[in-house]
Amino acid sequence: MSKLKTTRRAALGLVAAAAASFGLQANAGGHGIDLAGKTVEWIIPFSETGGSAKWANFYAPLLSEALPGQPTVVVKFMPGAGSTKGANFFQEQSYEDGTLIFGSSGSTQFPFLLGDPRVKYNYADWNVVLASGTGGVAYLPPEMAAKMDGMNAAGLQGEDFIYGNQGATRLDLVPTLAWEMLGLNVESVMGIKGRGDGRLMFERGEANIDYQTSSSYLKGVTPLVEAGTAVPMMTWGSLDDAGNIVRDPTFPDIPTFKEVCEATDGCETSGEKWDAWKAFFVAGFPAQKMVFLPNGASNDAIVTYTKAFEDVKARADFAEISGARLGKYPQMTGNKAQTALASATQVPEAAKAFVVNWLQEKYGVSLK
Amino acid sequence: MDIIATALPALGDAWGLILQPIVLGYLVLGVLMGLCIGVFPGLGGIAGLSLLLPFMFGMDPILGLALMIGMVAVVPTSDTFASVLMGIPGSSASQATVLDGFPMAKRGQAARALSAAFASSLFGGLVGASFLTIFILVARPIVLEFRTPELLMITLFGLSMVGILAGRVAIKGLVAAGLGMLIGTIGEGASSGDLRMSSYDFPYLTDGLKLVIVGLGIFAIPEIIALLRQDRAISQEPQLGGGWLEGVKDWFANIWLSVRCSIIGVVVGVIPGLGGSVVDWIAYGHAVQTTPDKSNFGKGEVRGVIGPESSNNAKEGGGLVPTLLFGIPGSGSMAIFIGAIALLGSGQIEVGPAMLKNNLDITYSIVWLLALANVVGTVICIAASGGIAKLTTIRFSLLAPFLFMIISFAAFQSGQNLMDLVALFAIGFLGILMRRFDWSRPAFLIGFVLSNPAETYANQALQIAQSRFRKGFEEGLDYIFSPIVIVLIVITVISVVLGLRQAKNIMAEGDVQSGSKRAPLVFLLCVTGYIGYAFYDAASIPSFSRDRTFPMFVAGVCLVGCLMLLIRMMLKPETDTIFADREKNGEDADATHGLWPTLAWFAGLLILTSLLGFILALGLFLFTFLKIRAGLGNLSAAIYTACGIVFMCAMAGLLNRDFPPGLLQEYANLPWPLG
Repeated sequence: MSKLKTTRRAALGLVAAAAASFGLQANAGGHGIDLAGKTVEWIIPFSETGGSAKWANFYAPLLSEALPGQPTVVVKFMPGAGSTKGANFFQEQSYEDGTLIFGSSGSTQFPFLLGDPRVKYNYADWNVVLASGTGGVAYLPPEMAAKMDGMNAAGLQGEDFIYGNQGATRLDLVPTLAWEMLGLNVESVMGIKGRGDGRLMFERGEANIDYQTSSSYLKGVTPLVEAGTAVPMMTWGSLDDAGNIVRDPTFPDIPTFKEVCEATDGCETSGEKWDAWKAFFVAGFPAQKMVFLPNGASNDAIVTYTKAFEDVKARADFAEISGARLGKYPQMTGNKAQTALASATQVPEAAKAFVVNWLQEKYGVSLK
Repeated sequence: MDIIATALPALGDAWGLILQPIVLGYLVLGVLMGLCIGVFPGLGGIAGLSLLLPFMFGMDPILGLALMIGMVAVVPTSDTFASVLMGIPGSSASQATVLDGFPMAKRGQAARALSAAFASSLFGGLVGASFLTIFILVARPIVLEFRTPELLMITLFGLSMVGILAGRVAIKGLVAAGLGMLIGTIGEGASSGDLRMSSYDFPYLTDGLKLVIVGLGIFAIPEIIALLRQDRAISQEPQLGGGWLEGVKDWFANIWLSVRCSIIGVVVGVIPGLGGSVVDWIAYGHAVQTTPDKSNFGKGEVRGVIGPESSNNAKEGGGLVPTLLFGIPGSGSMAIFIGAIALLGSGQIEVGPAMLKNNLDITYSIVWLLALANVVGTVICIAASGGIAKLTTIRFSLLAPFLFMIISFAAFQSGQNLMDLVALFAIGFLGILMRRFDWSRPAFLIGFVLSNPAETYANQALQIAQSRFRKGFEEGLDYIFSPIVIVLIVITVISVVLGLRQAKNIMAEGDVQSGSKRAPLVFLLCVTGYIGYAFYDAASIPSFSRDRTFPMFVAGVCLVGCLMLLIRMMLKPETDTIFADREKNGEDADATHGLWPTLAWFAGLLILTSLLGFILALGLFLFTFLKIRAGLGNLSAAIYTACGIVFMCAMAGLLNRDFPPGLLQEYANLPWPLG
């Protein structure tokens, strides 16, 4: 049973959040812009209901507190065309006074990388100030997991798998390509509205393979694992400083896809297929969500926002409050964010061509 | 017994948490805010919750929950005002309420209809909470029994309600529903993203049309235009009859209907994936089927109000099951609710499979806060209903410009695109014509609402079934024909047979006289043309894509229906019901103002908006309308206009919403709210 502190008084309720945003904040002075009395609009190109909304709603009050002048930060949702509408809108905006920022996601990155005809935006024009990473975990029903020999997935190669897929060109292409490389026969059932629906399909016994991003896995699948109805198969891994795939720090006991692939006959961790998978994994997970200032932002503004996000990260309670809501993943600023942006949006031509061709052959999706 | 041993103490803890003055205070605060937002059609819980989100971070969980639940719980209660008084479906939960609630208001019985609706809402909320208290403990395995074939069958059951609402010519109702489904398929297909009836060169339609726009267009605009043409108050009786007490008595006389519809509401609400968008129609259908004398439905039968209103508040409770137990939101507002829960306190409440084990007391608190919020909200609403009902005695030409203002704003919020207003106008025009020629608008809306679930579940069920059949014939059969599916098939068949037999007696939109042949024929040919083009368009999608199957199937069936209608039109004389035309006889024919000049006012608002932006256009529109059409003097017209604009700006400012920009805003950088 949860124990709640209900002794707090009204002042700690509604008022607390308001009061907190007026709290004293040391200003760096010199460089930087002052946003006192202004309203910062944070555009999220998705609806109020998605994962990006959760992420932005988590950061917005903290950012408000950390920016000089403590401006009000409002999250504005601009859904449409799988986030290309909002991103195209942001592309048309020019920098004015630093009161406009944009939050992108893997679903914004992939159409950009794949050359979707609707994309009118270019990441190279924008100025990154924060990059948030995540990971992903694939899991199986116990009777399927039992057919794996340690990390060797060869025992699964003769089985028929059903997977609830959100869309061929979405983040789901990372798991589906990985399973194909392992030689698994996975049939995608399309039309899933979110990964939560995919998990429900797994729970109902209709799908028999699934993946979730880390925070969803912790909330939704860990209880199933404890109850014995799901077994983790592999994580996508995490990147070390040199860009190598290593075990995901949130799930150190679960092998990575790289390890499983190495242990399985017919799966290779080199060659164009592997390079393509890795490129899209890097684009989709370790820098999944990013915050940008628009084209032409002044250096002062970039410094100010970078400093604000660094201050948020430096809060004594940041590990505690972010752990439950975002998972234990790097929240990168400054040069690290730049590197993350570069790796997430610059995919080798060969990898791109491979995936475009693969989508065409496997799903009949043509990106023209 | 084990279950009860854990449940009872948790229930006690929950009440201990709820019954603190401060918690109740927050609940009432949430309820008041929810009522203010809920009366605004088309915004609903999503706008309200977004407004609260910034305050949720780190807030004491029980206080935050009280505030949010207070707000969410009363939206399906307060949206009844718009449905009953103005004929505007306030949210998807109160579409069916319009059918009989609005005719009651027209007969001067608005207060009675409102209080019957509120009493039903309250009761539904309480039945829902009581049912959930037990059911939530055993819900998980039961919910998991509802696989894709079961979901598909429930969707089809919802569609079978078209049978009851089809109107006097059953095939016309079916074609109307099919047209609704085809409009629902516009945009990117869910399966492989192929485009239906749209193109990337014209991006607006690729996301499909939103329910808010279609609901407002198909129901609200035709009613507003029709009333405006007659130039009188909504209520035909100068003296309002039927006080609020009478409505409560009506509800009490039909208490068993209310119980049954509440149970329907909870049960359908519990099933994830349908989002309860069909609940009010199913409840309405049930109310019709269980009433011996069906002749009053559509003309102001109070049972037609009690049924849907009992179910829609109960549904909110049912919707907590997928939300809390699976972490899968049953609706847009529940999705924000999940997100907000993560912000509360130190984030220790984790919605999902572990919720019951770790947070049973919180779960119960949520269930009963919801019930309590219903009680508070209903009492306030009933108290207010007598006064608010007086709106129906105001001359409609004074009310209409503000209604245009509100629905335009609401429509714009769905996509934040000027095209939203164009779409609203286009669907509104379709609604006007459907009303004129007696094509069932409820059937159209049911078709639209259920189009996406029907397509998605049909495709998924088929695909999974194929995979099962490959493993073994028996396994495939077991998957498709589970006991639940068989029961649902039986219910659906009975409902269709009964519905079609009774449909002739149920004129959901009143009696319509027949007139000449030409106009109804032209409209039918236009509908046939659209359906034919939709068929061609879907057929040109490559054949390996699943996105073509559903629209082709629906369009194919509809074309057969259209052909039958055409043949009947050729054979029958012009007095036949198939040639129903409101412009020939009755209210519309005798109206003071013509259709086109009245519609032109609304078109004028849209055109001005596209040039000057919403607020400037609104100022011009309100003033000229009030001065010319309503005949007010300069001063009063100016005062009314100012009130309207101040109200609009206050609402938008509070909810942090933008207004549609026009051409002017492209060139000049104007301050909010002008820019």
